[in-house]
Amino acid sequence: MTLPTTAPFAITVDVGTSLDNHTGTWRTERPVYLDRLPPCNNACPAGENIQAWLALAEEGNYEAAWQEIMVNNPLPGIMGRACYHPCEDACNRKDIDSAVSIHAVERFLDDESRKQGWLPRVPSDLSGKKILVVGSGPSGLSAAYHLRRLGHAVTIYEAGPVAGGMMRFGIPAYRLPRDVVEENIKRIADMGVEIVLNRKVEDIAAEKAEGGFDAVFLAIGAHLANRAYIPSADAGRILDAVGVLHDMETEESKPMLGRRVVVYGGGNTAVDVARTAKRMGAQEAIIVYRRTRDQMPAHDFEMDEAIEEGVIVNWLTTIKEVGDGGKVMVERMELDADGKPQPTGEMDELEADTVVMALGQNVDTSFVEKLDGVEIKDKTIQVDTQFMTGHPGVFAGGDMVPSERTVTVAVGHGKHAARAIHAWLQSETYQRAEKHEIADFEKLNPWYYANAPETVQEQLDIARRQATFGEVLGGLDETNALYEARRCLSCGNCFECDNCYGVCPDNAVIKLGPGNRFKFDYDFCKGCGICAAECPCGAIEMVPEEI
Amino acid sequence: MTKELTAEQKVKFYQKGTFTVGNRLVDADNRSVQASMERSNAITSGHRACQGCGEALGARYALDTAMRVTGGQMIAANATGCLEVFTTPYPETSWQMPWLHSLFGNAPAVASGMQAAMKAKGKKTRIVAQGGDGGTVDIGFGCLSGMFERNDDVLYICYDNEAYMNTGVQRSGATPGGARTATTMPVGEAYPGNVFGTGKNLPRIAMAHNIPYVATASVAYLQDLEAKVEKAMSLEGARYIHVYVPCPLGWGCASNATINLARLVVETGFFPLFEAEHGKVTATRPIRQRVPIEEYLKPQRRFAHLFKTDAGAEAIRKLQAMCDHNIAEYDLLREGEETLA
Repeated sequence: MTLPTTAPFAITVDVGTSLDNHTGTWRTERPVYLDRLPPCNNACPAGENIQAWLALAEEGNYEAAWQEIMVNNPLPGIMGRACYHPCEDACNRKDIDSAVSIHAVERFLDDESRKQGWLPRVPSDLSGKKILVVGSGPSGLSAAYHLRRLGHAVTIYEAGPVAGGMMRFGIPAYRLPRDVVEENIKRIADMGVEIVLNRKVEDIAAEKAEGGFDAVFLAIGAHLANRAYIPSADAGRILDAVGVLHDMETEESKPMLGRRVVVYGGGNTAVDVARTAKRMGAQEAIIVYRRTRDQMPAHDFEMDEAIEEGVIVNWLTTIKEVGDGGKVMVERMELDADGKPQPTGEMDELEADTVVMALGQNVDTSFVEKLDGVEIKDKTIQVDTQFMTGHPGVFAGGDMVPSERTVTVAVGHGKHAARAIHAWLQSETYQRAEKHEIADFEKLNPWYYANAPETVQEQLDIARRQATFGEVLGGLDETNALYEARRCLSCGNCFECDNCYGVCPDNAVIKLGPGNRFKFDYDFCKGCGICAAECPCGAIEMVPEEI
Repeated sequence: MTKELTAEQKVKFYQKGTFTVGNRLVDADNRSVQASMERSNAITSGHRACQGCGEALGARYALDTAMRVTGGQMIAANATGCLEVFTTPYPETSWQMPWLHSLFGNAPAVASGMQAAMKAKGKKTRIVAQGGDGGTVDIGFGCLSGMFERNDDVLYICYDNEAYMNTGVQRSGATPGGARTATTMPVGEAYPGNVFGTGKNLPRIAMAHNIPYVATASVAYLQDLEAKVEKAMSLEGARYIHVYVPCPLGWGCASNATINLARLVVETGFFPLFEAEHGKVTATRPIRQRVPIEEYLKPQRRFAHLFKTDAGAEAIRKLQAMCDHNIAEYDLLREGEETLA
């Protein structure tokens, strides 16, 4: 500072700026930007970065959004329809109005990808390693896809005449149209994944040696129907659910179920068979289940749709006997104090042309048993954190290994197994990225999100649902999909809303421009915390200063 | 609010960002001034306002907008008060625009003079005058009324933090009933803080002068505030905007509660947001998420005593009744109107 000699009285120093006054010294807490894990991403069994692709879709950048899905999941067309979307159950938006319809946007993006002919990225250089995948269900396809993306040559051996596994045999066409399945699979084949059909693997070690494979991934699923002993005078009338759904896909002549069909079981497969029977012309499709609706493992929406279509459910009932001429004896149950069903001795009679058993499925482990070191427990193949069985170089995933049996879980297994195989081939161990703290609803400031209810997907009319295998649920058009994507709250990750930049009384937030977010100017930040309080998505945290 | 102007009206979409300062999905032209990397930061960093100061925020919001509208061709007249003290401890200044100091009570008169001077010099430079609630509602009230009555071409902005904060939180004519200040201490059972007088509603008094434009605004509703300043700057004659600005120090609230309190005071109905032209209310902002007055009072220590005695409970009932009155008066719960930004 200079002291001018000619200055008037009382002005003895030059005018300066308050920028000389570093108010950052006042601070006891500092704001810090962070990225938290959105609950949707956390809930996705396939590990999709849902928020990232919704953000791209929000901008209308659909191809980039689709590519972002494909980083983790090669089957978006199937996911958008058949996944039970745990992401939506976790979505924070449900506490504001209703969850973002993530599956509907994913489905829209897959429709676009097939319309526009977008292709997944494939490396041109090959690693020189060959991997055999046994089974072409969701987990086998996912592993093959990810291994191919990692630069390896992949061959799939499929025992059946068509690829797709449970996507064909476990999920009826009215929920998952077959052209979608075929096109999603073809895209993987077109990447250079060889799919050999009608090739049943009996001896894994021999196939591995003969084909010169460096590693094997087993993913044959669980296709053996569980049985229950039911006295029957007319065994010909009793079918199992897996067989019925399988024959629907493969047989020239579809299974003859008749006019009155009784399905025994309470899972999604039981509901699928009953709804399939309706579409095959059955006048009566009755599900017999020994517990109550609350206890039913089948998903609520599937049960609702089934009931809309005319499926009847006899709750708290078991089948005792299948007699002559299709007389089915059922016994009424009642719940005891612990909520368990107990027989009452009261009998009823149903008439059925066919009785279908839908009591769960198991893994055909016979071909694995020959392999040294593989542990089989509770009829499933045991694997370590790397999805490797006790036999080095042989990995397994999907319904074969202990886990929840859904198509999305299987896709996730395929992805992680592919990464583990890739690491194993280089004598390394695959480490999953550490998860960030979850951005739960309490971390958000919901004021900033305008109310915007979920878009309702149109449903096929009942008459057509009862008679055809047309897809029940309609898709979104672009306007709807964009609207839906824009309902995302971006939980835990900055979406550049400028709130922190706007609400700082000290101009201590520096805007770095589109895509570059912001940074704090700690020379001037006084640590008031308004930015953190007013951040809509919980991407700022106040951290105590070291004093 | 008014249909013709306002960035907020053009932006009609329902996804994230609608109520935020900016939004990457909206054209740059339709974003708020505060979202812009080119905003003028009329009051820059290093000022000595307390942590979380609502007034520093309100003044920057209003002045940055006025600067944008006038292309920087404006001068401010400042009444003595917090705003002046924390921005200009000589020789440091935070001001990025020309301004003239005045006394506590004569900013409106000084502004009138500045405007006359500009006119005499043939310049189009616009004049904005500003003061706190003490300088506006109490001390400068006579000068302000004169400025209104002569319809001088000045926008006067009052930053209302409901007491004389700069001098140590003494009561002003804008202090709400029941509030504790240094001069209205709650003593015993019978005296729960500031008296409930007849009220001195300066926006309504301004309207009684039939001036071209009067509006209320809150720092929690940025786009609304900016739209009102923009509107005011598009008009000529005497204009008045009353901006609600929380004071963490004087109110005894957390420094991060500033925006939230500025929001709750509107959502309770205690401080209605409206616009008036030539003495008539032309637009009001409906309540989006109604809350009882307690939610606004509880985070503030100046009201803590109200939750302890019967007299306090009676005071809370009176405050709620004032909210209810405003809600009815300004029709703040009307349905079927989409509230944006």
